[in-house]
Amino acid sequence: MKQEIRVNVNGVDYAREVPTGRLLLDFLRYDLGLTGSKEGCSVGVCGSCTVLMDGKMISSCLAPAVFADGHRITTVEGLAQDGRLHPVQQAFIDHGGFQCGICTPGQVVAAKALLDANPNPSEAEIKDWMMGNLCRCTGYYKIIESIQKAAAVSREEQP
Amino acid sequence: MKSFGFHSPQTLEEVFALQARFGEEAKLVAGGTALTIMMKQNLVRPSEVISLRRLREFRDIRSENGTLCLGALATYSEVEASPRVREMIPVLAETYHHVATRRIRNMATVGGGLVHGDSNQDPPSALIALRARFQVMSRAGTQEIAAEDFFLDYFETAVKPGEILAEVRVPKPAPRSGQAYLKFLPRTADDYAMVAVAAAVTLCADGTKCEDVRIGLGCLAPTPLRAREAEEVLRGQEPGPDALREAAEKARKITGPLSDHRGSADYKRDMAAVFVRRALDLALSRAGYSVGKSA
Repeated sequence: MKQEIRVNVNGVDYAREVPTGRLLLDFLRYDLGLTGSKEGCSVGVCGSCTVLMDGKMISSCLAPAVFADGHRITTVEGLAQDGRLHPVQQAFIDHGGFQCGICTPGQVVAAKALLDANPNPSEAEIKDWMMGNLCRCTGYYKIIESIQKAAAVSREEQP
Repeated sequence: MKSFGFHSPQTLEEVFALQARFGEEAKLVAGGTALTIMMKQNLVRPSEVISLRRLREFRDIRSENGTLCLGALATYSEVEASPRVREMIPVLAETYHHVATRRIRNMATVGGGLVHGDSNQDPPSALIALRARFQVMSRAGTQEIAAEDFFLDYFETAVKPGEILAEVRVPKPAPRSGQAYLKFLPRTADDYAMVAVAAAVTLCADGTKCEDVRIGLGCLAPTPLRAREAEEVLRGQEPGPDALREAAEKARKITGPLSDHRGSADYKRDMAAVFVRRALDLALSRAGYSVGKSA
């Protein structure tokens, strides 16, 4: 069974027919070719499929694509503007916030959502917010540091 | 995931019409975080899915005559952030905050989580301790079911085909009351608890005795439990360390957990007693009562 959905992904409007059993994650990766969001645990625990729906972070592996009908989705591909990386992306590079990189799109999207909601988070607030994004190689200190630096840069850019 | 007929009604009457048309073939879905996992694993294969995501009703968090009313379609994030919830029943905001991760809480809904009927979840035992009542609607009208009577078995609740959980009503605790919700998480912060205990106490006017007490247990049986025998130990009594220990023993006796990767059944039952004691101690201290040492 198929259904047409209208969804805005990273500022671009799409109207596509999808099987109702298609997950949002698979729609993004295989129908739109946006392979930044990754499939990790597939049960909503690891955070590597994190995307924003209307600005709020969700697990795209737990949402059928039909749930996105009429909504706005932001993936990691939508963060850079005019060829310039988002401060969170730049900070992850500058401060060693990743190694193998598979969790990174989810970490970056979650961190962007955090800074949108709270431009000046404490370390405890960063840990609480990022709790559901797992990293198996870098560990978390560099990720927390990257987010702190990104927050500082963002605040300077938008006083 | 297997495909299904997908319906997005905007009115309650349309929901009832779809339920009448498809009967037990249809599943209602709201946030979808629980149902999608079960469908991905082929544990549930509905031929029709009725999405409540466009339904306008049942979204508000409001208060009515001293009762907190949570619309069944309010998300966990909305409950934990609600100034009204935090002001009236802060332990409920705490409970919803400690469910899984923010991604799940942004999707999962109050009603969806309850109708899922999983005793490992956090809100059911807390709502039992808080004397919550659930409003269930059908074309025939509205019935109110006490939280402790709502959960029937693994993934089975009192909501029947053709019915919908509309609202959760939680009375504002009386003066001289305290509440606590504790979960034992031996693995990770976003895991299901091994043992979860909710306690709500009200002290008598002079503050020396327990006027009333309610204890809810999660993760320890096919359904969340109300530990009535444990409550009886404390009702009308001075809640000293010995009384708390006796109540904890009574609570342990009604548990029947399964051994799994979170712990053996015996260990879980021992931890149930420990956490009943700790939850009572914390609830009492929040009510302004000091249990004293070794509680």
